[in-house]
Amino acid sequence: MSSGWGEAMDPYVLKALNAERRARRAAIVVTDLGDGRDRVVKEGDAVAGDLGAAVAKAFRTGASSMVEAEGRSFFLNVHLPQPRLVVIGAVHISQALAPMARIAGFPLEIIDPRTAFASDERFPDVSLKAEWPEDVLKDCPLDRYAALAAVTHDPKIDDFPLKAALDADCFYVGALGSRKTHAKRVERLLAMGVTPDQIERINAPIGLNIGAANPAEIAVAVLAQVIAAFRSRGLAGKTKDEAA
Amino acid sequence: MPSKFLDEARDPLIIAEGWMKDGKDVAVATVIETWGSAPRPVGSHLVIDAEGTFHGSVSGGCVEGAVISEALDVIASGKPKMLDFGVADETAWQVGLSCGGRIRVYVERLG
Repeated sequence: MSSGWGEAMDPYVLKALNAERRARRAAIVVTDLGDGRDRVVKEGDAVAGDLGAAVAKAFRTGASSMVEAEGRSFFLNVHLPQPRLVVIGAVHISQALAPMARIAGFPLEIIDPRTAFASDERFPDVSLKAEWPEDVLKDCPLDRYAALAAVTHDPKIDDFPLKAALDADCFYVGALGSRKTHAKRVERLLAMGVTPDQIERINAPIGLNIGAANPAEIAVAVLAQVIAAFRSRGLAGKTKDEAA
Repeated sequence: MPSKFLDEARDPLIIAEGWMKDGKDVAVATVIETWGSAPRPVGSHLVIDAEGTFHGSVSGGCVEGAVISEALDVIASGKPKMLDFGVADETAWQVGLSCGGRIRVYVERLG
């Protein structure tokens, strides 16, 4: 029986929420402002009715808010992991992308084993690793809240992290190169064990088609595509499942 | 194991969990609505223990004092409180947001 307005927060709610946050998984604390009860909804949990629709929208937008549903008032506090944008390649495009991405709320990390490219002088104030992606990603694995853009043009450097990003179900995977370059890349990735469904998730040629004509404009196209992918998380997957 | 992705030493909800494990009484305050220019976004937390120690923020420092004293009541009674702050409420709270915004803060006891 409800004790009416006046429930304290269940300590389990806080523990469960922090466990999700530590693991870089999204969660929403739903507080019923009528009786004060809190509960944790994890991404993918089924929530019925109007509240379920509001929860799904909150996971997409990341915006916390009050909602009215089923004749009650709820507060939805959304905890999304900080999205990571991992760029393979310390190239001209990355130099333009780094400040743009930071301003848009996607702090970026650049990985490129070629020390001539990956220099602090070329990339001041950027998280930069002049190492092989294999080594960096071992310590800091990709996940669903990571985006990966491979822009070196060099299969030796790009192919491994592309497969890692697909296997980790990154919310965005993009690869620089013409259609012809990409066709060859697809052959190599298939040989590495990547599935045709995973290949479909690669954005190639990289970036929204805005007619980008130079590295800075390509950076705008890539960032826009990353944002579009982030804000439509869960939508594309649902359409595919329903179609299947 | 501490997460490398959270700033655990400054994260209010991680701190509150630690206090709870230490057997302290804790209240959690949350910004649930804002109008006009508000210094901290909806969802921001201030956590308070029974001695008045606090971490996090619900405003730029304008109303934290009032939230903390209300939180001590919430810890004592176990009953959540809804607090409204803004320029229109100066007589009620004797504090206001200098920026001219208004905020609503929900305060609940942990456990």
